[in-house]
Parts: sequence; structure tokens; C-alpha cells
Amino acid sequence: MTKKIKNLKEFSLSNDRYEGANLMCPGCSHNIIVREVLNATNDPVIVATATGCLEVCTAVYPKTSWDVSWIHIGFENAAVAIATAQAAYEVLKRKGRLPEATKKMLEEGREPKFVAFAGDGGTYDIGFQSLSGAFERGHNFMYVCLDNEVYANTGGQRSSSTPIGASTTTSPAGTVSYGEKMMKKSMVEIMSDHGAPYVAQVSPSKWKDLVKKVQKGFEVNGPVYINAQSACTTEWKHAPEDTIEVSDLGVESCVWPLYEIINERDEHGIIYNTKLNITYRPKNKIPVEEYLAAQPRFKHLFKPENRHIIDLWQKAVDTKWEHLQRREEAGV
Amino acid sequence: MAKKYELNEVEVWDGNMAAAQALRQAQVDVVAAYPITPSTPIVQNYSQFLADGYVDGDFIMVESEHSAMSGCVAASAAGARAATATSSQGFALMVEVLYQASGMRLPIVLTVVNRALAAPLNVNGDHSDMYLGRDAGWINLCSYNPQEAYDLTLMAFKIGEDLDVRLPVMVHQDGFLCSHTAQNVRPLQDEVATEFVGDYKPVNSMLDVSNPVTHGVQTEEDWHFEHKARQHNDLMNSKKVIKRVFDEFKDLTGREYDFVYKYKMDDADIAIFALGTTVESAQVAADKMREEGIKAGVVSLRVLRPFPFEEVQKALSNIKAVAAMDRSAPGGTFGALFNEISAAMLAAGKSPVILNYIYGLGGRDTTIDHLVDIYRQLDECAKAGERKYPLQQFIGLRGPKLSFY
Repeated sequence: MTKKIKNLKEFSLSNDRYEGANLMCPGCSHNIIVREVLNATNDPVIVATATGCLEVCTAVYPKTSWDVSWIHIGFENAAVAIATAQAAYEVLKRKGRLPEATKKMLEEGREPKFVAFAGDGGTYDIGFQSLSGAFERGHNFMYVCLDNEVYANTGGQRSSSTPIGASTTTSPAGTVSYGEKMMKKSMVEIMSDHGAPYVAQVSPSKWKDLVKKVQKGFEVNGPVYINAQSACTTEWKHAPEDTIEVSDLGVESCVWPLYEIINERDEHGIIYNTKLNITYRPKNKIPVEEYLAAQPRFKHLFKPENRHIIDLWQKAVDTKWEHLQRREEAGV
Repeated sequence: MAKKYELNEVEVWDGNMAAAQALRQAQVDVVAAYPITPSTPIVQNYSQFLADGYVDGDFIMVESEHSAMSGCVAASAAGARAATATSSQGFALMVEVLYQASGMRLPIVLTVVNRALAAPLNVNGDHSDMYLGRDAGWINLCSYNPQEAYDLTLMAFKIGEDLDVRLPVMVHQDGFLCSHTAQNVRPLQDEVATEFVGDYKPVNSMLDVSNPVTHGVQTEEDWHFEHKARQHNDLMNSKKVIKRVFDEFKDLTGREYDFVYKYKMDDADIAIFALGTTVESAQVAADKMREEGIKAGVVSLRVLRPFPFEEVQKALSNIKAVAAMDRSAPGGTFGALFNEISAAMLAAGKSPVILNYIYGLGGRDTTIDHLVDIYRQLDECAKAGERKYPLQQFIGLRGPKLSFY
């Protein structure tokens, strides 16, 4: 049953499953996103987390921020962990061996939700094999990528999610370099092409849109991928109080378009209809420059010799936005 | 509910089928696996059991061995009985997660069909992979033939799941020489085996919605040491439970297992200390020596971890010379088994002459004649009361002889 949410105040007060007072940096989007996801349902949630900021800051023995069952195995296996925990749940349900309280919950018509959280390193890079495998096999779980476009936990190295021009500790801007040379992977499309029934991109700044998509995902039977924009105060180098504003600049400039892809499919994974919906359309699409200017990781791009990278950025964003609109119009 | 599998009093099974039948009888809830030679038939047999309704569980054919062990960890943390099988490179890929399994105290059962590690790529048996995962905090049991692979796999569940143990267990068997060699095996009937293994009682199940749990936390220097020390303590103390389960199994079947396996050791002057299928070959060689009046015996480990120091010391206490047989590339030092035995005897304060023989790498055949030659060298050393040969020798090697020290 879908949880009804009236307003932000009520929404912000309802969470008692994840303690925000943890070791995360002030202004970290990870905390905001995790609370928004866990808040989207009243059903019990079982969580797997990849190695990363979220893991090392929220479960340092003998303390934990989590009042839901939680597991961390390694950097590269959050997807298979949550998928097999869900598979174990199905087996034990069938065999009548679930814990008593869980059986009782089932009688009330409720089922636990299985969610994996991982950063872009654990998703786009080292965790991709396990993620791809779990999606191909069609396990019933939700995978949320907390995409801060950098290996923040290890000190800001580039990942395959780091966008062009970003200065990171392993793609630093210097006298002869403007920083990262490649545009980021198109993870949403890659996961949709796995045949996932539901894939969406979200931003914590548009919380209603995020919650709606998470709720849709929870209703779906099969693997769900949510790509969440996660502004990082430490590596994007903006002020903690600007997190939501920076996130919003990403959305309003269409650097981070909000959309969903629904693959209607049967139980064998045969897709007979694919639909892409843009779920937020900026009234006045702002230039990419405004998004980049708000983040010192791109500061060097504003030097005369690097201005052409901003032009490239704008072109890449415009092309993608155009492509999304065409797909939406064409219904594919 | 799974269908009953009709079993004859004696079945002709290879080691892979024996291990698969044990997994079936334990009614494992989740098997997550990836195929690799020579252990592949274990999961093939298991999936056939599932396809025919002889198992009620889930078989998840994952995309790598890393995910296979990760899947076992999560399923076990969720409260399911979990098991898998692997070999060689696949085992190597699992190694990271082996530490997670033991650190989280999850009683997963892993059948390792031992095989060489690349490069050069080689699908045949040796013990390189065994030593790769030896220090991962698992209980390690060693079988030498299909009957033992079956028996020890059944016992592995009972040992690992004991509430005083709660540790994962590996059961080793030799690639091809055991895994693909059919022999007579006396299985337990399903209901007897199921009762022996017992129901799985999970601890801290992630699926208990009334009691959320946290698995796999981070620790800093303030707690990590205590966790690892406790884990080591419980692994060392698991000997009591292993002994009890061995005894219960003997009562049930008449088949006797002990930490150290001994053949004609009561009056032996010299001994071959080997693992795997070589143990049986060495017995044949020992008998040949005894026909000549040379008091030869065979010693082996049934439990590689926790290492049975006292039992090894006792077994070798009256021996004059012993061959430590290593079926893995030594990699710049003495063989792994040589090191283990030497350490045990050094601690005992009284050591026989110990020679290190490297043999059978990548499936190279080891003949009875090779083992007889080793006994003859040991006999010379025993009679002289000192080492008469190089400390480390490669046997059955083509080309110039290799020996060191």
C-alpha cells in the first residue's frame, strides 16, 4: 500500500528509521536522499549498502544510524547482496520459516522492501558487474545510486560518473589540463536497456518527484534503478547550506534531467512497450554555466583557455535534453 | 516440500555428485553459484535436483564467483542455509568475500574442488587454491575420496551452524582425481541425513521485521582487534564441536573421522604426510615398504583449520623422518604444509627429520613408485639419524632435477 504524503513538514517528521545525526559531512545529499527513500513507504525496509561514505559514516561499531535491517559486504556487491536477501525471503516465505513478526506483517498484507544504496563508484565502476547480473536475472529489489560523480570516500578521485572538466584528485586541472576528459556514463539508459521495468533519475531538491518515483518503483515487481543526484560539499566544494540550491541548478539547467523509463514486460522479461516520461520541465532552462559556476570543482573552466569546455558541456546537455524530449514524444 | 530421492545402499558417485547429494540432503535454501572446472558438476547436479523437485530452495546462477559468495553471505544473513562450490580462479575471485563471511559469523558451506592457479592456465588438480583461502577464518575440512566428500559436507553444516561455532566451513576435495572419479559411496537415507544435519536456526536474521539488525559494520582500531581476536578464539574452540560431530557421525554410520588421519602409525619409523587423494596412494606405498620390513606409515590432516597442533605433534612424536608433501607451488619458500608441520614440531620441542617434497602440480601424476622412492630417502635419513637429502625436492619433474637448501 502506498504511503500518503501531504506536505514536506509532515514528511520530514515521519522518519524514525534512519538517524541523520551521523558522521556524514554537513550538507551531504546522501543523508537527504536516504531519508526521502526510506520515508516513501511505511513497509519494513531491508537495506544493503556498498562501501562508501554512506557505509563508513552510518555504521561504525558499536553504533548505527539504521533502524532497519542493514548489510554491508563490500564495495562491489550491494546489488547481489540485496537481490539474494530478497531471494532468501521468497524461499523462507514459501517454506513457512520467516520470523514470527514477519509472518504477521504478511498477514496484514504488507511486504518488506529490499533496497540497495551505492555511490557512483559502487555502481558505474566496480559494482557494475554485480548490478548488471542482478538486473538481468530480474530480482525484485530497488537499487539507488547516490551519484556524487566522484570517489568522495577515498578523497575525491575520478570515477566513470565524473563529468567532463571536473577537477578531481586523479583528474586534476593544471597548467596544461582542464581536468576530466570524458563525459559521464549514461547509467539510466544502460540500466533501462537491461530490461528493468522501472528506471528513473531523481534529485533530492525535487522531493515530491523523488518520492513519487520511489513509490512507483516499490509497486513494481522486478529490479528498479534510481539514479539520484547527490551533491557533495567536500568534492563539489560548495557551501553546506547550498546543497539543495546547487542540486536545483542541475535540474533547472537540464544537466540533471528528471525522467523515468517504464519497460512494460511480462514475467519472462519480454518487453512489449517502453515509455519515457520527462517528469519535470524547467519553465526557463538556465545555462549550464550557472550550474558550473556554483561549484568550485569547475572553477578553472572559467579561464579563457578552458571556456570551450563549457561550450562542450552546454552542447552535451542540449543534445541529451533534445533526445529525451524526442523519446518522450515518440513514446519509445 | 521436496520429493524423496530414492537411494541405494551403495551408490556409484564421483566426488562432485557426492557433494551435490549432501547439499540436496541438507536442503540448502539458497545456492548461488558460478561454473568452473572441475567443480561445475556440483551445481549442475544440484540444479537438476531442483528441476526434478528434489530440492525446495533457490538456485541462483550469478555472474561471477565474487557474486556467488556475496549472495551466500547475504542469504545467510537473511536467515537462509546457504552453500556453493568452486575451484581455482573462481575461488581466488571469492577470497575477498571469504573474509566477509567468517567476519560476519555466517555458517556458509563451500565445497572447494582443488585446482591449480594460473598462469599458466591449468584446469587440473593441485592444492594452490586451498592455501590461498586458508587464512580466511573458515573451518577447513579435507576429504580424500567421494565417500569422505559426502560425509564431510553433511558434517560441515552441522559444525558451522552450531551456536558455539557460527563459522563458515570449506570442504576440500581433489580436482578430477576425486571430483571426477566414480567410486562406491554409502549414502544416508534422506530422512536420516536431514535429521542428522538438523534444522537451520538463524541468528540475527535480517528478515525479522521486529528486530532490525546491522551486519558488516565498520570498526576502527578501537574495536577491530577485539572482533578478530574473538573470531580466532571461537575458531580455535570449534575443535570441541568438530569432535562432537565426528563422534555423532561415527555413532550413526560407523565411519570414523579424526583431526589427523593416521595409517599404520602406531609403530612407524617414517611417514609420508600428505593431503588429498595422495593419502590413498601413500597407503599402498607404505604397505609395499612394510613387505620389506620398513616401518612406514601415512599421516594426514582431516581438519586444516583450526590446525590440530597437538594431534600432529602426537602423531609424529615417535617418527624419525617425515615427508611433508606439498601439492602447490611453494612461491619462494618451503611448501605450505611443510611450514605448518615444522611449526607444530618446533613448538613440540622435538622434531623428526622433515623433508619437503613438491609434487603433482597442475595434475601431474604421482605414482606409487614416486612415493616408494620418498620412503627410501626417509628410511636412509631415519637410519642415519640426520637429513641426507636436500630439504626441498621437486618430484616427478621433467628435465633437470630441482632441489633447494
